[in-house]
Amino acid sequence: MTKIVVDLSSLRQTTWREYLKRFLVGGTITAIVGIIARKFGPGIGGLFLAFPAIFPASATLIEKHELEKKRQAGVNGVLRSREVAAVDAAGAAMGSIGLVAFALTLYKMLPLYPAWLGLSAAVLIWIAVSALLWKIRDVL
Amino acid sequence: MWKELLFRFLIGGTLVSVFAIIGDLFKPKSFAGLFGAAPSVALATLGLAIVRDGPSYAAIEARSMIAGAVAFFVYAYCVSWLMMRHKVRALVATSVCMLMWVVVAFGLWFIWLARA
Repeated sequence: MTKIVVDLSSLRQTTWREYLKRFLVGGTITAIVGIIARKFGPGIGGLFLAFPAIFPASATLIEKHELEKKRQAGVNGVLRSREVAAVDAAGAAMGSIGLVAFALTLYKMLPLYPAWLGLSAAVLIWIAVSALLWKIRDVL
Repeated sequence: MWKELLFRFLIGGTLVSVFAIIGDLFKPKSFAGLFGAAPSVALATLGLAIVRDGPSYAAIEARSMIAGAVAFFVYAYCVSWLMMRHKVRALVATSVCMLMWVVVAFGLWFIWLARA
């Protein structure tokens, strides 16, 4: 069974420029989603709440970091770096099932319960469903 | 209008960064990848929609988000498959599969939500 580890050293691998890039991409996408919802209504705007905006930047970053690590070790890590990014994407696929549960929770709860309760429940359900799926996949 | 956009930008940028940093912290990568599908943009947008337009408006957005999230699953699976099986570069795989997201999200919207 795979153990989940918190590795603080991975934070040092990311440069301030890369952190800034994520912030700018995330902020821009959120602003654009707001404009789409205003222009085309909440029905179309809602689709973009699960748009994989930041995903290309993250996957490229993972590939780059793994490649640098392998090169420092004197190995050509092109294939390995792509495999690592692929594994991360497989994790995101499981997380996206959690995202379906997140959206469904809010759709059902927002008209009936206080907003803070709906948002809190949705975040907890997202992490619970995602982690559970990850665990099942790990055991199998 | 500009004030609201700037506010959205700051909230969205912050939430995306926070979830990305949390994802960076975890190992193995398959677990860290869960945070690649974190509801960061959704939390920022829905939070502001609740305050500005009310919970019913936000609930409509959340209903459409279900279709977007199914499309995200297809997208992430497609990226993973292309990179693992065909060893395609991350930038190429994530860009090509974007088309899948558009087709699945809008396909579901037309089939399921536009008629509801």
